[in-house]
Amino acid sequence: MTDLISTVVAKYNYWIYITLMMIGLYAMIAKNNLVKKIVGMNIFQTAIILFYVSIGVKKGATIPILEHAHGHEHHVVHAVDYINPLPHVLMLTAIVVGVATLGVALALAIRIYNNYNTLEEDEILAQIREK
Amino acid sequence: MRIIGLIIVVVTGALLIYAATDFPAWSDPASPASTYLSPYYIEKTMEETSVPNIVTAVLADYRGFDTMFETTVIFSAGVVCFFLLRIPRREEPEIRYYRHVLTGVTIQLKEGYKIPPSADFERIDAVWTPPDLIIKTGCRILIPFIQLFGLYVIAHGHHSPGGGFQGGVILGASIILLAISHDLRTAVRRMSEKLIAILCAVGVSIYAGTGALCLLLKQNFLDYSALAGVLHVDPITARSHGILMVEIGVGIAVLATMIWIYNNISSAGRYRQGL
Amino acid sequence: MNEQYPALLVIVPLLSALVISVAGWVNKRLCFPIAVAALSVSAWSSVGLLFRVLNEGAIVYKLGGWPPPMGIAYYIDYLNGLVLPVVSIVALLNLISSKKIVEQQFPDKAGPFYTLYVLMVTGLLGIVVTGDAFNLYVLLEIASLTGYGLLAMGEERAPLATLNYLYMGTIGACFYLLGIGYLYIVTGSLNMVDIARLLPPLYQSKAVLAAFIICMVGMWLKMAFFPLHAWLPNAYTYANSASSGLIAPLMTKVMVYVMIRLILTVFTPAFVFSTLAVSHYIVWLACIAIVIGAVLALKERNLKKMLTYIVVAEVGYMVGGAWLGNRAGLTGAVLHIVNDALMTLCVFLVVGNIVYKVKGYAFADLKGLFSKMPFTMGAFVIGALSIIGVPPTCGFFSKWYLILGAIQAHQYGFMVALLFSSLINVVLFFRVFEIGFYEPFSDHEGHEHHPAVMAEAPLTMLVPLYVVAISLILVGLYTGDIVNHIVQFVIPKGFM
Repeated sequence: MTDLISTVVAKYNYWIYITLMMIGLYAMIAKNNLVKKIVGMNIFQTAIILFYVSIGVKKGATIPILEHAHGHEHHVVHAVDYINPLPHVLMLTAIVVGVATLGVALALAIRIYNNYNTLEEDEILAQIREK
Repeated sequence: MRIIGLIIVVVTGALLIYAATDFPAWSDPASPASTYLSPYYIEKTMEETSVPNIVTAVLADYRGFDTMFETTVIFSAGVVCFFLLRIPRREEPEIRYYRHVLTGVTIQLKEGYKIPPSADFERIDAVWTPPDLIIKTGCRILIPFIQLFGLYVIAHGHHSPGGGFQGGVILGASIILLAISHDLRTAVRRMSEKLIAILCAVGVSIYAGTGALCLLLKQNFLDYSALAGVLHVDPITARSHGILMVEIGVGIAVLATMIWIYNNISSAGRYRQGL
Repeated sequence: MNEQYPALLVIVPLLSALVISVAGWVNKRLCFPIAVAALSVSAWSSVGLLFRVLNEGAIVYKLGGWPPPMGIAYYIDYLNGLVLPVVSIVALLNLISSKKIVEQQFPDKAGPFYTLYVLMVTGLLGIVVTGDAFNLYVLLEIASLTGYGLLAMGEERAPLATLNYLYMGTIGACFYLLGIGYLYIVTGSLNMVDIARLLPPLYQSKAVLAAFIICMVGMWLKMAFFPLHAWLPNAYTYANSASSGLIAPLMTKVMVYVMIRLILTVFTPAFVFSTLAVSHYIVWLACIAIVIGAVLALKERNLKKMLTYIVVAEVGYMVGGAWLGNRAGLTGAVLHIVNDALMTLCVFLVVGNIVYKVKGYAFADLKGLFSKMPFTMGAFVIGALSIIGVPPTCGFFSKWYLILGAIQAHQYGFMVALLFSSLINVVLFFRVFEIGFYEPFSDHEGHEHHPAVMAEAPLTMLVPLYVVAISLILVGLYTGDIVNHIVQFVIPKGFM
């Protein structure tokens, strides 16, 4: 039992990201309003970004920017002192991709609104079936 | 739909929780991710690229190819918003509203008539509301400082957290602030649509062009050490300068795309009254 | 210049897309020639790369000069080398054919259209040629976003269909990203060959199993494999003909390529087929996909939607073939990537021609088309025979390998599904032939004309169509060479 509790506590970043991701996924599938689905998509992508960034953390390490780098003394750099920079690089890309997808989704929602005058999916499907 | 959604979410969540039991604990310094590749980046960045910000060095040099395509992603999002939404101005006759700036008098012109652009009359729309004086003046004073800060963030990406994307968004936000606090027509008068679209392409071209320049100088694509001959420095400093060049390109592209997407979405393609 | 082919392949279209974007504001008539020039350079580089691979073996190209896994590297082996020319040539042919469609439907947005078109081809080529797992995700997003933009321009139902595609596509791409994250967390690397080297001690770990399942589900979402196929028919039907002619042949096939690449290179076949024992169930799922695609196509009264359900069935062929787990099945799947891209391009170009002249694609609009547009319908007959699987067209040979693989793996259900789908395809296409040949031509309002005057599509739309139709027969005749010189080396030696 204490085993289970210590596992749960030691890896709490993973449980948080899984919860967020499932909230986003549920919103995308189950909600009726198109904008709520887009918000759910954003939550889903943000959860993945949180996951990646949480991989890179190291206990007692600082941000990956070398101080006194251009000084006279040549400091020896230990990898243990700095957190992992690679997930941050990857997530810069993922954030930009998320923003781009959000922009395209909103443009599509505006087009749909111009055509059907509503953003609720069941009303749109009813209008399509009538035609 | 809710039941299907619940079932999918429960199954996927169970799979992910099952997998997470095998992961290294949080902030474990001995995890494979922290011991395999990243020590190379942390220890060798200064000697190979002379850029203290390791994230910028990895972003723009070691994995610079990814970043070029990332800039292309944001550029293509701008083009898609333009492609889908923009309704070109047909030369159909329409009722125009003008407002005399000094006295506040509003006039409505019949279809087909218009006043040439002048400082005395500003063009408004039927849903125009006067912007608040405090907001207008406050934003007008703040915007130059915001832009200065944006330029600082781009230029200091080497030494502090920052870089092309972050600085570009701040610069774009300054123009969007102008559009929100005044109205869209004011912002479009300052930076016209054609200028923004061309800037967007120019920004990405700076990035791809730097890479192509390295290709023409007989190295692989995006290998900045090829610029050593052109810039008359040693290859390591050439990498630092190459990183700065591409960051500037990224900043310009992101600045223009943010404004372009905002313009298209907030006015639904008509470029009349914004938000 | 020879060693820089891998970079040229992707960089020239990217730079040209930027030039086209500026040219759209300056002088619209420049956009089309620049696009054609850029895709021709890409096609030339991809064919050159294929010959280099045939001479030298696998090629590694280091971007930025950094060796992998520190930097990003391109790996071009026999599998990429085969798929790259297909992608670039299909895109080029559809581009030539799309000129008239763009002029007819949205002439003032020609600049952004060609920009998005060339960017999408850049994304697809980049997905095929890269050897880095995260780079694949970025290029996947380029191809997806430009695809959404291209598909949304069409009829009134197009934006809603594209938004549904966007939701499913984003979930798929995010699942792939998550899978790559899981692999990164247990190995620490992002390079495909490097991950494959580091994985074997970890085969029993739950994280690797979950990574594989998540990556596969993500890819199945993007390639419209049953039961995740619901977005495809609507998204492809309501788009304009130029976009659907580019995306329908290529997008799903490139996703199938990614799946095969993950199976062969990242998670080696030892893990996929031995440690994981699910291939039996996935082949059954593929059988259901084929049957559902065929049956749903039967009830459609609309040529374009019928063809999109056939695309769903074809994806079932390829996934089933890849998961059969033997040499013949994988040969059939890889060969079918090439053949299906060409077949789908042929029929979608035909639909583009029909829509250009008749302005509709329902069965009622197809009456008497054989006398009104004989050349287009002639090419349609060749495409239809290839989809049914009649020799000497290429469709027959890939089906032959798939059936052979099914028999060798004792998956008789898959063989029955393949034969059943061929029969249903016969019914589907002969129904169209009957309407086109025997019914007298009636224009859109329903008046009958006796006899119909021939009003064929313009030459820029007919020439690419005939190039594709003839290539269907040529690729079929040269199948033996393709298999012996290229596909044979794709499959690792240990496969039975």
